[in-house]
Amino acid sequence: MSSDLRTLFSEALSGNLRAIGRLLTALENPYEVPPEVFDEIMARAGRAHVIGVTGIPGAGKSTIISRLIREYRRQGLRVAVIAIDPSSPLSGGALLGDRLRMQEDSKDSGTFIRSVSTRGLKGGLSLAALAMVEAFDALGYDKVIVETVGVGQAEVDVMSAVHTVVVVTMPGVGDEIQALKAGVMEIGDIYVLNKSDLPDAQKAYEYLSFALDKGELGVQDSQWRPRLVRTSAVMGQGMSDLVNAIEEHRDYLLKDSKFTAKLASRRITLVRLMAERLLAKGVEEAMSRLEGRIAENALKSKGLLGIVRDLAKEACSEALSP
Amino acid sequence: MLSLQSTKERPYKVIVAKLGLDGHDRGAKVIARALKDAGFEVVYTGIRQSPEQVARAAVEEDADVIGVSILSGAHIHHVKALIEKLRELGAEDIPVVVGGTIPVVDVEELKKMGVRAVFLPGESLRKIIDLVRRLAEEKRSTGAKG
Amino acid sequence: MGELFKDDEVKKIEEAVKRWEQETLPQWLQRVPERQEEFTTLSDIPIKRVYTPSDIKGFDYMERLGMPGEYPFTRGIHATMYRARLWTMRMFSGYGGPEETNRRLKFLIEHGETGLSLAFDYPTLVGVDPDDPMAEGEVGIVGVSVPTVVDMEIIFDGIDMGKVTTNMTINPPAPVLLSFYVAVAEKQGVPYSQIGGTTQNDPLKEFIAQKSYVFPPEPAVKVAMDLIEWSVKNLPQWNPISISGYHIREAGSTAVQELAFTLADGIEYVRQLKARGLDVDEFAPRLSFFFDAHINFFEEIAKFRAARRMWAKIMREWFGAKKPRSWWLRFHTQTAGVSLTAQQPWNNIVRTAIEALAAVLGGTQSLHTNSFDEPFRVPSEFAAKIALRTQQIIAYETGVADTIDPLAGSYYVEWLTDEMEERAWKYIDKIEQMGGMLEAVKKGFPQREVADAAYKFQKDVEEGRRFIVGVNIFTENEVEDVRKVPLLEFDQEEIERRQKQRIAQIRASRDAERWKRSLDELRKAAERGDNIMPYVLQAVKAYATLGEIMGALKEVYGVYVEPPIY
Repeated sequence: MSSDLRTLFSEALSGNLRAIGRLLTALENPYEVPPEVFDEIMARAGRAHVIGVTGIPGAGKSTIISRLIREYRRQGLRVAVIAIDPSSPLSGGALLGDRLRMQEDSKDSGTFIRSVSTRGLKGGLSLAALAMVEAFDALGYDKVIVETVGVGQAEVDVMSAVHTVVVVTMPGVGDEIQALKAGVMEIGDIYVLNKSDLPDAQKAYEYLSFALDKGELGVQDSQWRPRLVRTSAVMGQGMSDLVNAIEEHRDYLLKDSKFTAKLASRRITLVRLMAERLLAKGVEEAMSRLEGRIAENALKSKGLLGIVRDLAKEACSEALSP
Repeated sequence: MLSLQSTKERPYKVIVAKLGLDGHDRGAKVIARALKDAGFEVVYTGIRQSPEQVARAAVEEDADVIGVSILSGAHIHHVKALIEKLRELGAEDIPVVVGGTIPVVDVEELKKMGVRAVFLPGESLRKIIDLVRRLAEEKRSTGAKG
Repeated sequence: MGELFKDDEVKKIEEAVKRWEQETLPQWLQRVPERQEEFTTLSDIPIKRVYTPSDIKGFDYMERLGMPGEYPFTRGIHATMYRARLWTMRMFSGYGGPEETNRRLKFLIEHGETGLSLAFDYPTLVGVDPDDPMAEGEVGIVGVSVPTVVDMEIIFDGIDMGKVTTNMTINPPAPVLLSFYVAVAEKQGVPYSQIGGTTQNDPLKEFIAQKSYVFPPEPAVKVAMDLIEWSVKNLPQWNPISISGYHIREAGSTAVQELAFTLADGIEYVRQLKARGLDVDEFAPRLSFFFDAHINFFEEIAKFRAARRMWAKIMREWFGAKKPRSWWLRFHTQTAGVSLTAQQPWNNIVRTAIEALAAVLGGTQSLHTNSFDEPFRVPSEFAAKIALRTQQIIAYETGVADTIDPLAGSYYVEWLTDEMEERAWKYIDKIEQMGGMLEAVKKGFPQREVADAAYKFQKDVEEGRRFIVGVNIFTENEVEDVRKVPLLEFDQEEIERRQKQRIAQIRASRDAERWKRSLDELRKAAERGDNIMPYVLQAVKAYATLGEIMGALKEVYGVYVEPPIY
């Protein structure tokens, strides 16, 4: 098994699972990838329907995703899943347990599940996730599902790169609308009320439905009315409604080239994140070089702004050196 | 060019799996947690995993080490199948370690199959973590050359 | 209030203790400091240097203890306890195919065991047939393979089911195994009224600890309650459930958690049964329990005593049960498997003996003692016999069974019993606030507590706060010694082949029409929400296999996938 990325990429293209796994690892840090390979990935990507799945903890995102995998496979579509799990800020370690719930058929090579942890690196996670989206897209996966958690900037970055945002909630969380008034959950394209076999489900459904109609929740787009779907993933109910809603959204995006616009925005985010990463590293290097001067001036209480400009210049040249 | 690759950014990834029907997951969970506290990324697959599922997970996650826990006595059978599957998927370079209720005579048989270490009940967590780290380091450094 | 100690006497003692701490103690501590900064039980309850009446001042003998056989039963549920009848010596056993297990049962009976207890292999435990792909490599290893009624018949060949009681450690497939047992007993000519034994049948602890679950929580509980309801109406001598703390403890919980979660499970089951319209006195006398006997000697004894007192209160005060038998906490105990070490395994004989002693001093109704080779494999005859003899030595040589609840009145033991009860109530209150144990399990609460306690214990051992001989103290490099342990040998592949052959024969020779109809009716009954027991029994008599029956039920109830909780 060659670790040369060109070869890796072509092996991945021919469907070699191990090669795909290793390619994804390389893409966790896109700088590791030679530009030509990166460009080729970009050239091949663009077709996949990228679906973001987010929502409140415990609502059953992973179970929903495992059902979606089953449905899509039944339709003969290839599915990739990127499961983003939080990591411990203290140890840097992480327990990635989501794939446990998404048991794929291990004999079926048309699925691929990859876990990513936040690793405490600003921009690191989203960058890795977006690069992986590009890779799965390039490798011909029809549906790329990104499961996220949390309401931070990282999640916003990741979700800006998907075509369809699916927000999963459940009954009995108190005020269902308030629970979703955070981050990306507020601007979903499709809302899923999972565990709708629970007693308060009807009430929750009506409440959410009302909120969506009024525009209190959901993406504000004059041409797309956010859908509300009732499911009980564990019982396997409502899944075809969800699949249909997702397809409706995809059809809607394909009109008026909104689909490709999303592709563009994902790449714009990718570029921004990579640039930020590059410059951040540059600042780090420059800081260590200029530490002495900075300390001096900090105590002298003057000249700090001047130093900042010098630092920035130094950082840029560090970042751009070959 | 800046070195943007360091192991701090890419912690070692370990699969912790329970093969077969055995549901005693106390040890697997304690080890998963200890590895996480030691800075590893741990993919815990849960119980009732088939060798195919574990091999697939290891390949998809591009794991550095696979840790298997079996307390059902079916270790020879299941681990043999796992190693077969890993070979089929071209992942025989991923080291496998095993823990559980394993008679000493089976330890040798497992090692002959290619298992890099066998942990019996009572093994110290620190020893396990150190060994897993060493195996991960070794795997990555040989991978880089290949 | 009938306090045991007079106020002024207690005051005198308290003053004496104070003086002792100031005058006598310091010189002792100076000369030789104590071995540890702090001493705690395995539930982290701090243990004082010495206990006096002042630690249990206000102790009311009649209220806290009473007499054996009377509310609150702290001293024992029977008035004569072991003076009349020793605990049942019930050794958990089984491996290979029914033939091997039949031989092992006869061996144990010959050597003096007084009750049977069947261990099943993993495929049986999770309800799959030996020829199911999931069963490959697992047939007959941790217990006996029983996929059909014919296998059950072979197990009991030559054993009069009217004269023995049998525990079956089986959970989701309990309705099937009970039906096998009943069908075979029927064939032996034993009337339903004389069929005695226990089905473990405790789904909640499966989600918390043992993890041989199949269906999701709600249907799992429904099926278990079906069995209890049917059994209560048809098998007057059968214990349809063994509400278990053993597995919770083995999964890492503390003794207090074991006590609390077990009773909380019991409370949930009582509510579920009442919700079906059953009168509490109808079923309560047939509820039984199953606890661990771990290595911290006094804590375990206190735990058993507290359990009896708490359950009596729960049944009488909370649920208004009127029959005294409804207030009894009857329990089986198993010595702690998790306390046994692979290092220097002969030491396990000693651990088991001490744990068994705690169970007896705690008033257990039935006891299984572990074999020393458990860290490696299912027990050899040699090891199982020593374990059985351990019980017999305790019963016949030591005299501890000659008086009832001999540790009563010990200032430490009474204080500890009270303390454990108080701490356990706190957990039970918390679970009540969550809406009961079923809800708590769905929320992951007990699972998290267990995982945290397990992790903490491991850290305590790693960092030298808890000691295990041979593991972190008095260690030896003893691979050779371990090799000398004579393990049970059997040809697993041959047994698997044999079991597959038998089941194929049964499938080929049964009445296909009758078989298909029985499964269809079972499925429909499950969909309707009827009690499935009669339909399972019918299917069993039509020679449906375990896997086929469970398969039909899985279609209706679904299958459980555990959320990740560490």
